[in-house]
Amino acid sequence: MAGALLGMLYALFGLGLSLSLGVMRMINIAHGDLIVLAAYLGSVCTVALGLDPLTSLVVVIPAMFVIGWLLQTLLLNRVVGRDAMSPLLLTFGLSIVLQNLLQEIFSADTRSLDAGTLSTQSLAIGSLSVGLLPVLIAAVSLVIYTLTFALIRKTQWGRQARAVADDAETSRLVGIDDRALFALMTGFIFAVIAVAGIFYGIRTPFSPSAGPERLLFAFEAVVLGGLGSVWGTFLGGLIIGIVQVFGAQIHTGLGPFFGHLVFLVVLIARPQGLFSKG
Amino acid sequence: MLCIDRLDARYGLFQALFEVSLDVVRGETVALIGSNGAGKSTLLRAIAGAIKVEKASIKLDGRAIGGDPEHSQIANGIALVPEGRRLFSNLSVEENLLVAEGAARKIGRKGEWTTQRLFKELPSLAPLRERPATSLSGGQQQLVAIARSLVMNPHILMCDEVSLGLSPVAVDGVYQLLRKVRDAGTAVVLVEQNVSRALAESDHYCCIQKGRIVLKGVSANAEYGRVAHAYFGS
Repeated sequence: MAGALLGMLYALFGLGLSLSLGVMRMINIAHGDLIVLAAYLGSVCTVALGLDPLTSLVVVIPAMFVIGWLLQTLLLNRVVGRDAMSPLLLTFGLSIVLQNLLQEIFSADTRSLDAGTLSTQSLAIGSLSVGLLPVLIAAVSLVIYTLTFALIRKTQWGRQARAVADDAETSRLVGIDDRALFALMTGFIFAVIAVAGIFYGIRTPFSPSAGPERLLFAFEAVVLGGLGSVWGTFLGGLIIGIVQVFGAQIHTGLGPFFGHLVFLVVLIARPQGLFSKG
Repeated sequence: MLCIDRLDARYGLFQALFEVSLDVVRGETVALIGSNGAGKSTLLRAIAGAIKVEKASIKLDGRAIGGDPEHSQIANGIALVPEGRRLFSNLSVEENLLVAEGAARKIGRKGEWTTQRLFKELPSLAPLRERPATSLSGGQQQLVAIARSLVMNPHILMCDEVSLGLSPVAVDGVYQLLRKVRDAGTAVVLVEQNVSRALAESDHYCCIQKGRIVLKGVSANAEYGRVAHAYFGS
């Protein structure tokens, strides 16, 4: 149970990565650092504006959307669609810059987002007692996934995104401005990162160097679920979460190790991912 | 209205078109004739904005539009049905039309051709609208590809290799649709491998060889022998 709830947070980490891979065919190496950045933005809001972490989302979500839109428009659109390597290198550089920038501004000390009683309250479901916060995270994750799925399946914007993913050259011939679409897409992804980052910060103390491990969990969720499948990523995150909590019961330090182990086994047995259509 | 004036087009260092000049008048059909690699597709793609060319080499009603990106050319009323149909396989038949209609509407192109109307005009496609687009037969896919460009309500519809690989019955279906388009006042530019069909379906023809126009004229007066000679080269 605790594993499934943790898994839904990992699913939220993975969603943005899954979308950028599926539609823009690029991997954002700075994804994990951006989750940490969102947590720091939340921290700044709580200190400077006196907001509690959940209310800070009102500021952090639009801020991250704008950052994502600007980043795609000014920087990433120059390299996307050319080859696999350029966006990889560019975002790798971005990752290093972000980590150092966070360290410079906020020092290397760990911080946490204090959500008051939310972190300590628990819910009794039958004989089970689970924390209120993990349940809230899971519910939000599920809602965001459902909305994203509906957005992609049912709306004109989603049709355009699928058309671009299918054949970018031809999508331009039906009047789609793929660069403008990518900018909005990255904005949306960054808004999801904002939610993921704030919840991450409430749940766990974080430091400027925490990004790469977030990226790793997100990446495992995406690959485990199968590339380009939104619900696959959700289930991939779920599996990683369950296995990590299970592993931590065997030995407290071994949670992530068991997650990586399952990831490796699946990668060898079914390299296309568990829920891939292909 | 559309005036191509000494158009050069390049892929990197390779020059594919040399000083091509051509006029397309509203309501008329122009057939481009030439062997593989002559530059017909390049010409269509240059007009559609997929290849960067000199601004002044393409004029629409006197306004220089050469080299503008694809969505600007669609806003100008120029739509291309690409060679090989290139339908979106992730999208259903209906979604293929809706995505084009929606994108074009946003840049100010709407008119009598809508997704709903096209399913009325093409009753054979209506029951297939929920199917993945690429699961259809070649002839049906070609009709969907033309319909996908029509919902952008172009003044000029360019069709690359419309009949390639289709059965004779399917070819008839495609040309039936194109006649309706022309009767509605839309100019059609088509690339067709079958020389006699190309001449029969067009008002003007234009033979391209190695990136240059070698022969053009009124289709009704064309001498088959001369056109075939221009097609095959000497």
